[in-house]
Amino acid sequence: MNTIEVHDLTKKFGDFTAVDHISFEVTQGEVLGFLGANGAGKTTAMRMLCGLSKPTSGWGRVAGFDITREPEEIKKKIGYMSQKFSLYEDLKVWENIRLFAGIYGVDPKTIAHKTDSMLHRLGFYAEKNALVKSLPPGWKQKLAFSVAILHEPKIVFLDEPTGGVDPVTRRQFWKLIYDAAQQGITVFVTTHYMDEAEYCHRISMMVDGRIEALGTPQQLKQQFQAASIDEVFRKSARQAQRNE
Amino acid sequence: MERKRQLSAFIKKEFRHIFRDRRSMLILLVMPIIQIILFGFAITTEVKNARVAVFDPSNDTATQHIINRINASEYFDIEYYPQQLESVNQLFQEGNIRLAILFTDHFEERLRHTGDAAVQLLADATDPNQAGMLVAYASNILAACQQEWMEEYAAPLQIVPEIRMLYNPQMKGAYNFVPGVMGLILMLICAMMTSIAIVREKEMGTMEVLLASPMRPGYLIFSKVVPYFSLSMVNLMTILFLSVFVLGVPVSGSLFWLLIASFLFITVALSLGILISTIVRTQVAAMLISGMALMMPVMLLSGMIFPVENMPLLLQLLSHAVPAKWFILSVKKLMIQGLPVHYVRKEFGILAFMAILFISVSIKNFKVRLT
Repeated sequence: MNTIEVHDLTKKFGDFTAVDHISFEVTQGEVLGFLGANGAGKTTAMRMLCGLSKPTSGWGRVAGFDITREPEEIKKKIGYMSQKFSLYEDLKVWENIRLFAGIYGVDPKTIAHKTDSMLHRLGFYAEKNALVKSLPPGWKQKLAFSVAILHEPKIVFLDEPTGGVDPVTRRQFWKLIYDAAQQGITVFVTTHYMDEAEYCHRISMMVDGRIEALGTPQQLKQQFQAASIDEVFRKSARQAQRNE
Repeated sequence: MERKRQLSAFIKKEFRHIFRDRRSMLILLVMPIIQIILFGFAITTEVKNARVAVFDPSNDTATQHIINRINASEYFDIEYYPQQLESVNQLFQEGNIRLAILFTDHFEERLRHTGDAAVQLLADATDPNQAGMLVAYASNILAACQQEWMEEYAAPLQIVPEIRMLYNPQMKGAYNFVPGVMGLILMLICAMMTSIAIVREKEMGTMEVLLASPMRPGYLIFSKVVPYFSLSMVNLMTILFLSVFVLGVPVSGSLFWLLIASFLFITVALSLGILISTIVRTQVAAMLISGMALMMPVMLLSGMIFPVENMPLLLQLLSHAVPAKWFILSVKKLMIQGLPVHYVRKEFGILAFMAILFISVSIKNFKVRLT
C-alpha cells in the first residue's frame, strides 16, 4: 500500500523552479532517504508533502489525502521532526510529551500511559522531570523522534534529524527508525550523512529540483558505478547547474 | 474535544515558558511598581499657547486691559469668550481649555471704589505641572496690571486672584503619570512580549513543527495571547491598587468603564504584537521594533511626559496614530476627571478601529507567509 504518491509535483517561486515535476511512491513501512545538495529542493518538496506549502502544479496524496485540498487532514496523520528543533528546552521531558500529544488530540489517560512506556523503552525514565536543556544532544534527538511518533502517525517526516550527533548515537537513532518502520510507519528522511543513507530502504537523489535517481542503495551504486552512496552523491551532484 | 485539548495543552505550555523564566517574570511584575514611583518626580514641562477661556461680565476698560495683556503673552491664546459660567465647565470637560479666567461683574468700578476686585483662575490640573505654571503666569500678569494702576491712580488697590485647581485639588503629580504608566506597561507587556514569544518559535524552528501539526494558526496565536493577557490584568490591578492606596489617586469615575478602556487598549497592543511577529524573523528585531516603534511614541508622543500641544504640527498629527494617546486620554477622563462614558466615545471608537485594523493586517500577513 502506498502512503505517499506524488505525480509531476512542481513548485515555482516567481521564475525559479524549486521543485521540477517530481514523481514517486512510498509504501507503508518503508524508509525513504531523500538526498540532495543544499538548494536542490528537498525542503520545498517535503514542505509540500506536509501541507505547509501549496504546489504550483501536479498532484500528490499523503496518507490517502490530497496535498492541495486536504492539508489539514494530512497534518493529523503525520509526524514531523527537524534538526533545528528538538523540543522546548525550558520545558520538562514529560511536559514536552504532554504538549505534543495534546496538540495531536491524544486523550490524557493514553498520554500518561504512553509517556511512561516510552521513557522506559528509551531508558530515560529517571529524567522524566528533567528540563530538556539538561539532556545531552543525542538524547534530545531520540526523545524528539519518539515524541514525533507518539500519536501513531502513518508517516513521519524527518528533516536532517541527526545533525550534530555523534556516530554511536546516530546508530541508536536509526534503530528507533527501524522500529518505527517495523510498526508500519513510513519514514521519510532527509540527511547529509552518506553513511546514513545506506541504512535507507530506498534513496531518492535530488539535483536542481528534479529526482535524478531513485532506488535501493544497491541499485544506485550499480547505476552510477560507484562504490558508495557518497560517490553516487558526488557523481550526481556534478550535473547540477545551480549554485547553492 | 480535540480542539479543547490542543488549546489547553498549548496554553499550559505558554504559562510554563513564562513562569520558568523567573527573571523576566519578576521584571514584568515589579516594573510597574518601580515606574509608578519613578515617573512621579522627575518630570517638568513648559507650556506655550495654552488655550484659555475668559468669562467677562463686566466688559470694561480694566478687564479689557488685562485680557489684552494675557492674549499678548506667548503662554496663552484666548480662544473662548463664554457668556454663561456653565459653559466654562463644559469647555473643561471636553478638553478644549486648560485655563479659565473669571472676572466678577463691575470689575473696574470695584477696583476704583473699594480698592479690591476679584478674579478667579480655574486650571485643569489633570496635568498638575502645566496647571501650576499656567496659574503662575496668569497671576504674574495680574500683578503687573495691578502695579501699573497703582502708579497711575497713586492709590492702593488690589486685584485678588482666587485660584482653583480642577479635578486635582492637591496638584498631585500622580494624577498625570498614573494613566501614562498604565499605557506604557500594558503596551510593553502585550505588544513586546507577545511579539517576542511568537518570533521565538520562528527563530528556534518550532513554528515549522507547529505548522506541520493539526494546530491551526489561529489557535496557536490565541494560546500565545492568553498568558500575556492575564499578566496584563495582574499589572493593571497592581497599578490601580498602588495609585488608589499608595498614591491616593482615586478612581473618580466608573471602574467598569475604566476596565473596558483597558481591555480595548490591551486588545490593540496584543494585535500590534501579533502584527510585529508576522513582519520580523528574529527576537532581537521584534524587541527593537517594539521598543522603537511602540515604546518611544508612548513615552514621547502620548502626552504622558511632554505636552503634545507644544509640539510642531507634524508631531501633533503623528501623535494621533499612537494608540496609547487615546488610552491615556480616556483614563484621564474616566479615572481622574470622573466623566461619564459618553465623553470618551471618540477615544473608544479610535481604539476599536485600530484593533480591527491591526488584526486584519496580521491575518493577511500570516496567510501570505504560509503559501
